[in-house]
Amino acid sequence: MAKQLIKGNEAVIKGAALAGCVAYFGYPITPASEIAEAAAKYFPLIGRTFIQAESEIAAMNMVYGAASAGVRCMTASSGPGISLKQEAVSYCAGAQLPCVIVDIMRGGPGLGNIGPEQADYNQVVKGGGHGNYKVIVLAPNSAQEMCDLTMKAFDLADKYRSPVYVLTDGVIGQMMEQVEFPTREIIDPPRYDWGVHGDQVTRHNLITSIFLSHSELEEHNLKLQEKYRTIEANELMTDEYQTEDAEILLMGYGIVSRVLRSTVDYAREAGIRAGLLRPVTVWPFPVKRIQEFCAQVKKILVVEMSNGQMVQDVRLAVEGRVPVEFYGRMGGVVPSAEEILDVLKKL
Amino acid sequence: MYEKILEKPRSFYDNYPRKDGDITVTHYCPGCGHGIAHKMIAEALSDLNLAERTILISPVGCSVFAYYYFDVGNIQAAHGRAPAVATGVKRANPDSIVISYQGDGDLAAIGGDEIMQAANRGEQITVFFINNAIYGMTGGQMAPTTLVEQKTTTSPYGRNPHNEGFPIRVCELLSSLEAPVYIERVSLHNSAARAKARKAIRKALQVQADRKGFSLVEILSGCPTGWKVKQPSDSLDWIEKYMLPYFPVGVFKDNTEKAEPFRYIENVPPKSELPKLIDIPMEDKVVQASMADLPGPYRNPRIKIAGFGGQGVLSLGVAIAQLGLMQGYDVSWLPSYGPEMRGGTAHCHVMVSEHIIGSPLVTASTVCVAMNKPSLEKFEKELVPGGLLITNTSMIDIEPTRKDVEWLPIPATEMASELGNIRFGNMVVLGAYLQKTGLVPLKVAFDGLHIFLKAKRFIPDNEKAIQVGADYVSKKLAGK
Ligand SMILES: Cc1ncc(C[n+]2csc(CCOP(=O)(O)OP(=O)(O)O)c2C)c(N)n1
Ligand code: SF4
Repeated sequence: MAKQLIKGNEAVIKGAALAGCVAYFGYPITPASEIAEAAAKYFPLIGRTFIQAESEIAAMNMVYGAASAGVRCMTASSGPGISLKQEAVSYCAGAQLPCVIVDIMRGGPGLGNIGPEQADYNQVVKGGGHGNYKVIVLAPNSAQEMCDLTMKAFDLADKYRSPVYVLTDGVIGQMMEQVEFPTREIIDPPRYDWGVHGDQVTRHNLITSIFLSHSELEEHNLKLQEKYRTIEANELMTDEYQTEDAEILLMGYGIVSRVLRSTVDYAREAGIRAGLLRPVTVWPFPVKRIQEFCAQVKKILVVEMSNGQMVQDVRLAVEGRVPVEFYGRMGGVVPSAEEILDVLKKL
Repeated sequence: MYEKILEKPRSFYDNYPRKDGDITVTHYCPGCGHGIAHKMIAEALSDLNLAERTILISPVGCSVFAYYYFDVGNIQAAHGRAPAVATGVKRANPDSIVISYQGDGDLAAIGGDEIMQAANRGEQITVFFINNAIYGMTGGQMAPTTLVEQKTTTSPYGRNPHNEGFPIRVCELLSSLEAPVYIERVSLHNSAARAKARKAIRKALQVQADRKGFSLVEILSGCPTGWKVKQPSDSLDWIEKYMLPYFPVGVFKDNTEKAEPFRYIENVPPKSELPKLIDIPMEDKVVQASMADLPGPYRNPRIKIAGFGGQGVLSLGVAIAQLGLMQGYDVSWLPSYGPEMRGGTAHCHVMVSEHIIGSPLVTASTVCVAMNKPSLEKFEKELVPGGLLITNTSMIDIEPTRKDVEWLPIPATEMASELGNIRFGNMVVLGAYLQKTGLVPLKVAFDGLHIFLKAKRFIPDNEKAIQVGADYVSKKLAGK
């Protein structure tokens, strides 16, 4: 294994290739386009499919189609494109189709701008499309994790037959860092036998999200909810820094968690016992871990590049046991560690 | 003419247990064209011996439950998206026969783009397009194919072209595209027409079986319920009287003779070749260096590099990060991206550290490289006291205002120009920076060129530029 200096967005595609993803369907959008470009460059060379779809709607429905065939497939986009994908994501959740969707968040609402933001949290983590469904959401904060968590996303998608998001911001997508690709783990692209392969064996398989009878649909929904509880019980991932003796808990994901790591260092130099809890899965959400911290810390400060979306989940977990403060920047502005330190000092 | 439509072929289930209620009859209204079209398709699949390989995509519309009936692999798709779903499934199963079965609202309204683009890509799929001039499933609203003056629940006074435009002729539209191989419109209104329909369906499937490309058959089809005709059989007259004059039957495109068969994926290289094909290095030249011997201000640099687009500002940053990586340090490189780059100025944040890098954003920089005047004005104030300020004096005719920093002026653009190309200015700066700080030995920089320089033919020139920059600093330090 060797270290390579590479953009997070490109690391996604190399990871996907190693993980046996056979098809990429996408539509260009800044700051996610390098993902499509890398797929366009590499996939044809290794016998895999790249299609630039006519829209994110079509791209996500192509994913629905390829996933129906029981193969690993993916798409990627940013805010405006994710809005368009939501219909088919809901269909994938309903029909229990595994797939990976990468969201490199940019500024909104509307066309907003192409700067980094974290304002897709609600539309991604809360389901986003219609119906009673959840999606697993992984939140990388480095180029290395863009590779690793993309690979992990494929495993989780298959394990639970569910769409899995890789959710991060423009900074993590655009930044170059060193990545060690796990070349020993190259897997042969799998093909699942519940899919429709166009052969005698799978001829009687049916991929659908319709259940006409109300009771059958309720039963289907209950099964989905049960699956989500299993995921909550088994797949939570967090990352902590200097939390052992922390009096103030900082929380953030994506690029913010990187900034907060520096804030913790500065705070400690200034005599403030700060620690960082970073959700690596933002769904499932570290509810229990946060509740444990309520007995330890005096305050929680949640920092996001949004108007305060994840903080709502923190407050739900905390249930008023300790004060939960919020600091947010929007529009493409990334808060600096120094700026957050000032906020900390004023708490 | 003898009609065989009632005989159940092998690609059609004998009864329909996926369905609620009576499993011996379909859910379609009496006289509905869907049922007839289904049987014709099933018959063709059986006769061509394709059923086993077939995957049918059911749309949203009255035929949403087509999977009750077809004894093939089945997928149900979102409203209008069947051609995109078909694309995905066909690419994943290139040897399968993929059918996108769609109504007129599904295909020509909400799915207008998906069908056009799938046709334009020449997807190896077959589309059966049921044109019944109405939205059947939702209770008889206006469709994009609803005829002028036709009354529906959402055109209660008759379709008015000034308000809702004219009915869309799908075959005519799609046949203007280059890629489609075969496009025909047929009708189900009498047995002669049905015989032609049967033939067209067969031919369309054969096109796909032969891997030739995209085929579509539009089928003018009765919706006695939506049209509110007195009895089901009246719908046949309705087709003839109202639809045929506006939607002429016939072949709109037929390239079946000329079209060459093709495969989406020709070959799949062995797994062992994958890393090489996707540019993953299997070995690197990383050593574990240390910054212990460097003067304090030069350790763990937080670098801001700025200038005009075209001055190689971003690639200078990548170069420093790559060299830092080769020395075993943690590194990060973050560009300014987007429109501001197009506007002409670019900058990047680079960190090289013996410790794990937290925030990759450089706010309090220890090194600032200003390649032009606006960059100096914008970024010198971010430097920490005692930091290193490198200015490209070829493009900057003012002195820095900061007096509490170390200033290294260098006429990089002119020096590069003497080497034959002002584009090497960034490498002149790299040489100067490395010589000044000792962060990375020059030899490593020359090795690094083979990794970070995309245009390999310029390696000798860039090596020279790095050397010239380094020499400039040595001479300066020697007081010459
Ligand atoms: C996104 C979305 N919008 C609207 C609907 C409601 N809907 C269901 S079927 C249909 C019209 C189908 O008409 P057509 O394609 O002509 O098929 P037919 O029923 O006539 O066979 C509509 C609007 C839907 N299911 N999904
Ligand atoms: S409403 Fe029309 S299209 Fe739908 S089943 Fe009845 S006749 Fe057929």
